Amino acid sequence: MMRSRTLAAAALAATLMLGAMPARAVLPDEIMADPAKEARARELSKELRCMVCQNQSIDDSEAPLARDLRLLVRERISAGDSDRQVIDFLVARYGEFVLLKPRLNEHTLVLWLTPPLALLLGGLALWRLGRRRANPAAGGGDSTPGLTSDEEARLERLLAAESAPDKPL
Amino acid sequence: MIAESGHYALVLALALALIQSIVPIVGARWRDAALMNVARSTALAQLLFVAASFAALVTLHVTSDFSVANVFENSHSLKPLLYKITGVWGNHEGSMLLWVSILALFGGLVAAFGNNLPLSLRAHVLAVQAWVASAFYLFILITSNPFLRIANPPIEGRDLNPVLQDIGLAVHPPMLYLGYVGFSISFSFAVAALLEGRIDAAWARWVRPWTLMAWIFLTLGIAMGSYWAYYELGWGGWWFWDPVENASLMPWLAGTALLHSALVMEKRNALKVWTVLLSILTFSLSLLGTFLVRSGVLTSVHAFATDPTRGVFILLILFVFIGGSLSLYAWRAPALKQGGLFAPISREGALVLNNLLLTTACATVFIGTLYPLALEVLTGEKISVGAPFFNFTFAPLFVPLLLAVPFGPLLAWKRGDLLGAAQRLMVAGIVALVAIAVVFAWTYGGATLAPLAIGLAAFVIMGALCDLAERIALFRIPLSLSLRRARGLPRATWGTVFAHAGLGVALIGIVCETTWNSEYIGSMKPDDVAKVAGYELRLDGLNPRQGPNFREMVAQFTVTRDGEKVSVMTPSKRNFTTRGASTTEAALLTRGASQLYISLGDTSADGAIAVRIYHKPLVLMIWWGPVLMAFGGMLSLSDRRLRVGAPKPAKAAARALQAAE
Repeated sequence: MMRSRTLAAAALAATLMLGAMPARAVLPDEIMADPAKEARARELSKELRCMVCQNQSIDDSEAPLARDLRLLVRERISAGDSDRQVIDFLVARYGEFVLLKPRLNEHTLVLWLTPPLALLLGGLALWRLGRRRANPAAGGGDSTPGLTSDEEARLERLLAAESAPDKPL
Repeated sequence: MIAESGHYALVLALALALIQSIVPIVGARWRDAALMNVARSTALAQLLFVAASFAALVTLHVTSDFSVANVFENSHSLKPLLYKITGVWGNHEGSMLLWVSILALFGGLVAAFGNNLPLSLRAHVLAVQAWVASAFYLFILITSNPFLRIANPPIEGRDLNPVLQDIGLAVHPPMLYLGYVGFSISFSFAVAALLEGRIDAAWARWVRPWTLMAWIFLTLGIAMGSYWAYYELGWGGWWFWDPVENASLMPWLAGTALLHSALVMEKRNALKVWTVLLSILTFSLSLLGTFLVRSGVLTSVHAFATDPTRGVFILLILFVFIGGSLSLYAWRAPALKQGGLFAPISREGALVLNNLLLTTACATVFIGTLYPLALEVLTGEKISVGAPFFNFTFAPLFVPLLLAVPFGPLLAWKRGDLLGAAQRLMVAGIVALVAIAVVFAWTYGGATLAPLAIGLAAFVIMGALCDLAERIALFRIPLSLSLRRARGLPRATWGTVFAHAGLGVALIGIVCETTWNSEYIGSMKPDDVAKVAGYELRLDGLNPRQGPNFREMVAQFTVTRDGEKVSVMTPSKRNFTTRGASTTEAALLTRGASQLYISLGDTSADGAIAVRIYHKPLVLMIWWGPVLMAFGGMLSLSDRRLRVGAPKPAKAAARALQAAE
């Protein structure tokens, strides 16, 4: 309860600051001397969330916290950490919330499984439907009941109005 | 007086909507034409009253009547006229009023141009439309009244959020709402079909133009919003997978699927049950988007909990409409007969694949946007789902979709010939391979995936052109004959070509911008030179300037390439006095489809200014793509077969035809 209230306060403060502080994301004085390391830092920054912002990575954000995190990432890289170690370090310190791409665990199972399952189940349903309908015994005619003769005639007229051919080839 | 009139007009609109909700349905039950026709008059009158209400709010903003709370909080007497007008929908209350205005506009359009609809269908459609309208009128009147007065009127207003003081606000929200709310028509048609228990190919023919119109606006609205964010927010990003953006992307994905499935239904009388479901889902996602953006739930779950009136109200609307329509669907849909058999390899099959992939993509955005909220509410645990997640899950869905796009139009209805289609796409395949090889050789040692993606884009664009070439038998018959055939092609076919090619164009822009973007970040003093992607940018100096309601610091850069002067760029930083807020006005220099982009940071004590300069190769193609898609949509909309769905010309055409017989 206490934690959530401080977070809400932090979010509010951040929103206010965002309005007042138009500093850009990565600042000149943050850039590392080694371009390879700097590139790694940039890539890592894109995966990490600025926790007081709305859905911004620390690479995009202009909040002071994001700057602190960017410097921290660079500090870890200079200390010789691998990308994974940097991420682990930040997660240990700030929790899973800092990751913009959550890790797969029991809490994020549904999140990660939804896209492949949706595709798989959708495909399966289509396949079964196709089989059932390909099988004439299961029924499923081509007729449409419910049109009155008036409407049939009307439909005919509408279709007749379509003069240009539309067939592939 | 004006505020009270506007308020009263809105109340009257609610009363009309309530009549329109009930009387036509009763009329349809009793088969009473007079009662069914009430829907037409009330829909038109409703439009009139909502328009009056909207005009009242615009007037209040233009005349800077600060005794009205909404004007006081979002306007300033010195604000330029354009922003006084656009400021009307730059806030919660005003944007909801715009929402219902557009809803009433669409209702009015159906009433005015729906003469060729069967009477009972039109009555049902307008009644359903009125249910939605009533709910939102109530929402505005109870929780978000824009016409509230302040007891002691202040002299000056608080001004509009400076980020919103841009031409983007004039175009983006109205476009987006025209799209969002336009899908309400497809929804109303679907619910009406379920109520009537009857649905046929003619139904699809009536629905398709409305869906297409909404889709065009939504496409342009999203693209416009993306470009606005790109130049206004100042860090050169154009898509952030922000929940607010996702809220508009979901109805777009579902709406795109709907466009394609309605096509199958119109031509082949198949996929009826699915098309109805998609219509319901698309508008449900629009409603969900409205909830996400308007309830404050995105800022934080806690902000929502502290002032839940608005959020709970929209949530209630959401439950009633989504729950209600889906229950109705579950109850009535099994009664709708399936028709139109087709083999898996066929035009229908390709469109089904399109639907499968698009709805899965939509489900991915849905879960990614809502999962963190749900998890926090249920367990209190906080996780983030951002761009890396969406990029990672979206690509595997869009690659097969894009690969399949060129095949679809080349397959015949009912039973297609995949091998034949592949042969006809040979040229596209070769061009794609050449493109991959060239890009790979050119950027040797660079990104490996990017050349493949460029190849895919080339395949999509060439595939669309191959389809066209095939239809006009290019190079197989004399050119003049081909040209005549091209003129004779249905506009809908041209629409497909443009829309599909637009996908490829956008993909090229996206790949180039994300892969070969070069940037310079540094502190610059006057006369310093920055080098980016072969351009040299010299900072000439910094000059202060006074605007109407802001002060700004303008930096002037001279851009040269190979010693020759190209242009002058003037990015600036604005300080808005009233809100004490500032914005960065990026400077953009367009060279072909590429852009140079400069945005300014803070000045340090020694007079140096932090500068970020980007060179974004082919970045403009990201937005040309959607514009092409929308253009394709408009061509398709102007096709006379669809205009049959519109009233008078169709009647005239039918009459002319009968006379000819």
